[in-house]
Amino acid sequence: MLEYLTFILACQLAGEFVVTSLDIPIPGPVVGMLLLFGFLLIRGEVPGQLARVTDALLRNLSLLFVPAGVGVMLHFKLLGTDAVPLAVALLVSTLATIAVTALLMVALRRRPATEDTREK
Amino acid sequence: MQDLRETWVYLSASPLLHLTLTLAAFVLASFLYRRAGLNPLLNPVLLSVIAIVALLYASGTSYDTYFDGAQFVHFLLGPATVALAVPLYRQFEQVRKSALAIGVSLLCGAATSAATAVAIAWALGAQPQSIVSLAPKSVTAPVAMGIAEQLGGIPSLTAVIVILTGIVGATLGPLLLNLLGIRDWAARGFAIGAASHGIGTARALQVNELAGAFSGLAMGLNALATAILLPVAWKLLF
Repeated sequence: MLEYLTFILACQLAGEFVVTSLDIPIPGPVVGMLLLFGFLLIRGEVPGQLARVTDALLRNLSLLFVPAGVGVMLHFKLLGTDAVPLAVALLVSTLATIAVTALLMVALRRRPATEDTREK
Repeated sequence: MQDLRETWVYLSASPLLHLTLTLAAFVLASFLYRRAGLNPLLNPVLLSVIAIVALLYASGTSYDTYFDGAQFVHFLLGPATVALAVPLYRQFEQVRKSALAIGVSLLCGAATSAATAVAIAWALGAQPQSIVSLAPKSVTAPVAMGIAEQLGGIPSLTAVIVILTGIVGATLGPLLLNLLGIRDWAARGFAIGAASHGIGTARALQVNELAGAFSGLAMGLNALATAILLPVAWKLLF
């Protein structure tokens, strides 16, 4: 298990290295994700020990956003003066994005080959 | 017995206190969330943030002091992002079949997110720095902060807006998708991930693995697309 935790950190480190040395505006962890994905494609399966590490990390993914979220306390003042426009923009725009993306996905996605759905 | 006050001063300066506070608040919030049958409105991130902010205010603790402890949790965001490769790989067959749908919906979704947010905030008279900080709101926090900086916004304000966007998407998104009658797990996950990045993905993963994989994919692709296209579009428009 420790081997794969190390491996994940190494992927992230390699990602950070690629991003900073090539000066591309993508975060290191996203490149690290692509590297791990490439490894899985070559390997052809998800090693059980790796799955144990990644499942543990992803099961508690929400927790990891809490420290950044508490940062809201730094901006109460600016959030206060622009509270209404920010709240409305955030709410409407987020829901509009979800609606547009989901409706397009449903319209364009090739349905999994459905058998004859007409029942006799 | 030691003076209680001295003990408090010692403990409140050590990272252990705020690390424990972060975990305890989240454990409690998750308990409530599960008891309510994963009701999206009781999002555990939302509940924990409210509880922690209230406690920090009540005890007169600064965010810097809090973050000294909480940074150990924050750090794991990087490895967790890398870990998203696993659900993505498990669902790769599904993803490959939908490549065209993914590309088109993602670009339209990303454009909708930035354009509507900026237009609404501008129309309602928000200050320019708030408007700029709002533009990359649907992108995962580290990337969004970089983009905001590039455009002349306030990165730490963007971080907060990004988290709030995530919470809005994760809490109200599932209700909206029900309202629209969308039952395809891939489309549901993809839309939530495109609009509300990791917080939406965390929720999607809990509900359905296919939704989680598509959500993680949308998050990664949106980070790429917005990081590359938004600065270009901004330069052309303003």
